[in-house]
Amino acid sequence: MSDTSAANPGSSGVGITYPAKWKKPPLITNPTLRWGLILGFAIYLALALGTMDVNWGRVWEGLPRGQRFIAAFFPPDFSDSRNVVWDGILESMWMAIIATVAGIALSVPVGLGAASNLAPKWVYLACRSIVAGSRTFPEVILAIFAVKLFGFGPFAGFIALSIGTIGFFAKLLAEDIENMSASQAEAIKATGASWFQWVNYAIQPQVMPRMIGLSVYRLDINFRESAVVGIVGGGGIGATLNTAFDRYEFDTAAAILLIIIGIVMVLEYASGYLRKWVQ
Amino acid sequence: MPLIETSDGPMWRRRATKKQLLIWLGWLVGIAIATYAWQLISEKTIWFFVEDAPRQAADIGTRMIPPKWSYMNELWRPVWDTLNIATLGTVIALIIAIPVAFAAAKNTTPHPLVRAVALFIIVSSRSVNSLVWGLILVLIVGPGVLAGTIAIGLRSIGFCAKLLYEGIEEIDHTQVEAIEATGASRAQQMLYGIVPQVLPTFAGVGVFRWDINIRESTILGLVGAGGIGLELNGSINTLAWTQVSMILLVILVTVIISEWVSARVRGAII
Repeated sequence: MSDTSAANPGSSGVGITYPAKWKKPPLITNPTLRWGLILGFAIYLALALGTMDVNWGRVWEGLPRGQRFIAAFFPPDFSDSRNVVWDGILESMWMAIIATVAGIALSVPVGLGAASNLAPKWVYLACRSIVAGSRTFPEVILAIFAVKLFGFGPFAGFIALSIGTIGFFAKLLAEDIENMSASQAEAIKATGASWFQWVNYAIQPQVMPRMIGLSVYRLDINFRESAVVGIVGGGGIGATLNTAFDRYEFDTAAAILLIIIGIVMVLEYASGYLRKWVQ
Repeated sequence: MPLIETSDGPMWRRRATKKQLLIWLGWLVGIAIATYAWQLISEKTIWFFVEDAPRQAADIGTRMIPPKWSYMNELWRPVWDTLNIATLGTVIALIIAIPVAFAAAKNTTPHPLVRAVALFIIVSSRSVNSLVWGLILVLIVGPGVLAGTIAIGLRSIGFCAKLLYEGIEEIDHTQVEAIEATGASRAQQMLYGIVPQVLPTFAGVGVFRWDINIRESTILGLVGAGGIGLELNGSINTLAWTQVSMILLVILVTVIISEWVSARVRGAII
């Protein structure tokens, strides 16, 4: 706890006046910075709200549609008359699984190369730039280009998600390897192990538990993302969802959203459980 | 230590037989699932297009160079919109996330039932991608910046509230007890015991999410929810590849700047 106004430094000894009331110390102690930030943010807010053009007439018109959408949740239409929902969900699942597998298979060499204590400088730089490149753009933008190159369908989504996985997984793998205990690695090296034996017996056991947890987590992310790559033509449940919205079939859309939420919850619970079990 | 008996005496092995077999079984099942998944995806693929892809990539690549620098004059407005979508969305999310977080934290929740509702809000907001929220909101409030802002806001509630309530649960209880011992009311305990402890977390989470939201808001335009994604979509649809590369460059710079700002601010707070 700190008092707001410190005792007067000039008058030492007798006559020190302490403030009679305690005040809560602010988060940012420098008052100029604090008020500057507040003022700056207020000006920005005014500018942002002032330049935002909103068509309130259109909002007003849309409100009944919003009501219909919310009403569609009670109850949602799981009947799936055109038999597309489960097809889409399954396609998304398979897409997420194969993209996770391929992405991880590709990110293991990249991750090994991107660890500074393992790779020579030029390999390190090359692998780091691969990681940075695939992390910069969101999966959806990758998916747009994949659709342009490989045509509509789940293959484009698979490519986009795999590239996204490399950026995520290789980075975390490299960081984990950089943080591992060097003494174990040295011990294995002292036995005269080859490079592969060294990686296999010194590094892999140290990073494996965390990597298993992360791969389940990434599967979870890939499933969620597979719901959006479909919107730009990458196949999976996103395409079905987009069609449902285009046809104003809110009850089907509600059902799809609830199924996605359900699967994501199950995956999140499973990945949490698995991570605890592995570690 | 698992050992194997050989004619030359015991030898070291990495794993016991049973465990090794289990691991192999795991690999077998995993590979079977992956193969099956691959087969299903490959059935739906037109391989002619895939074989053609390298040529297409080279073609698009040459068409994208050089970026159309003069196009930048038309991009300032979308960049400003994108920034606003991310910032205002984060502000909305924080305003809603704070009460949700207090309701979801075990030590501040008024009732277990309220906690369940708050957790449900968090999960459903997190599971639905901002692009999907955008899709819904464009139908309801019409295309434009407002739909994007609300989409980012709704999407971020879950993320912010989750990190905030974890922060609230990890506070030091002795301080709250000390405030309680002075005879403070529940609201005063909250204000003087809990809030000062979690305020840095709040600020950190806000800035962290803002950084993520900048990335997300660049793509919201693809479904018509405003921002630079709108220009990207238009340029791709009209095959204006020099404009596309310019937009990608702008997105890249924006993302790098926002990441730098976020890292600096979080470094200053924590």
